[in-house]
Amino acid sequence: MSIWLFTILIWLGSILAGFLGALTGLGGGVVIVPLLTLVFGVDIRYAIGASLVSVIATSSGAASAYVKEGFTNIRIGMFLEIATTVGALVGAFLALRLASPLIAIIFGLVLIYSAYLSSHPNRENAEIDKPDVLAVRLKMGGEYPTSQGLKSYSVGSVPAGFSLMFVAGIISGLLGIGSGAIKVLAMDRLMRLPFKVSTATSNFMIGVTAAASAGIYLNKGYIDPGLTMPVMLGVLFGSSLGARYLFSAETKKLRLIFSIVILVLAIEMIYSGMKAGIVK
Amino acid sequence: MSKIEEERVNHKMGIVMGNLLKTGVIVAASIVLFGGIIYLFRHGLAQADYNTFQRVPYDLCNVRGILKSVFSFHGRGFIQLGLLLLIATPIARVLLSIFAFALKRDTLYLMITCVVFGILIYSLLNK
Repeated sequence: MSIWLFTILIWLGSILAGFLGALTGLGGGVVIVPLLTLVFGVDIRYAIGASLVSVIATSSGAASAYVKEGFTNIRIGMFLEIATTVGALVGAFLALRLASPLIAIIFGLVLIYSAYLSSHPNRENAEIDKPDVLAVRLKMGGEYPTSQGLKSYSVGSVPAGFSLMFVAGIISGLLGIGSGAIKVLAMDRLMRLPFKVSTATSNFMIGVTAAASAGIYLNKGYIDPGLTMPVMLGVLFGSSLGARYLFSAETKKLRLIFSIVILVLAIEMIYSGMKAGIVK
Repeated sequence: MSKIEEERVNHKMGIVMGNLLKTGVIVAASIVLFGGIIYLFRHGLAQADYNTFQRVPYDLCNVRGILKSVFSFHGRGFIQLGLLLLIATPIARVLLSIFAFALKRDTLYLMITCVVFGILIYSLLNK
């Protein structure tokens, strides 16, 4: 295949991935890596590098809308970023050492879990009657805009949330995805933040986390300009389209279809990983 | 600092951050597109090969090499410059938060933010 044709096909695929990723809130990364490796036969290390860069692009692109609305809790985000960035470094160093087939299998398993999470929509949390001691000491509580004016909230189990964030960072650095689903899980279910606050803060953290491992990927030669160019431009374009249709499209039906697609991709990834592992 | 004053700083910071991120992404994407066009017109007819992993040439993997490549007007150098800028946008956001917490005299979070910033810089300069 010539570079012209390859670039255009990858660009079109990345637009679709970014579009679906924004609509479902899972991010483009979870589709990009399987698309590049399974459909285009790209080595998973190149795919992870390209995906990681596109994760930064979508996070920064979406953040400009989020920060203005006042849902992002910078204090919580910054504190948890200690866990996610250290995790991202660990993940990136692991990626340099683990065999490709093993990374493909781990990717497939994380994909299945993400599909499961996305098919269980979040419900609004009940108020916390006893905020976490550490959260009070770290002044983490805040206020967020609702239809009835500003509403204050307090924060639960910080140590558990911090630990899960470390795991989210490792997965992000190892697989080149934003692992937004796990970040929201930590803040939503464990720290029990209001849903809009956890979504906005998670988006803030995704870009910073990805930047922590992107530096290592760049230095180690995983970020190929010829491949990353169409991926990054496509995902960026697709996700801004997706964000625009977020409230008009039949998201529920799309979510279901997307979950099935992800499940199929995940099984393919695991199968190809096992096959390559055995042949080797 | 009073609560109202703090709210004002927060609101202002939010707007500055939003604009910074938006501009960063648009500029980065434009440079990548520019480099991509040069690259495609020069190498577009060659065969694409990403099946086997070979490390990207060393000159496209670090700041100095990328700048050198840009000055020689290489398409791939421009793409990497745009990507480098993109990686820098969230880092700039953390740097801005350092100033914000310093302005609010919030020593605890100033320290936390400096730790995060240090980790990011370590990653970028790690050899």
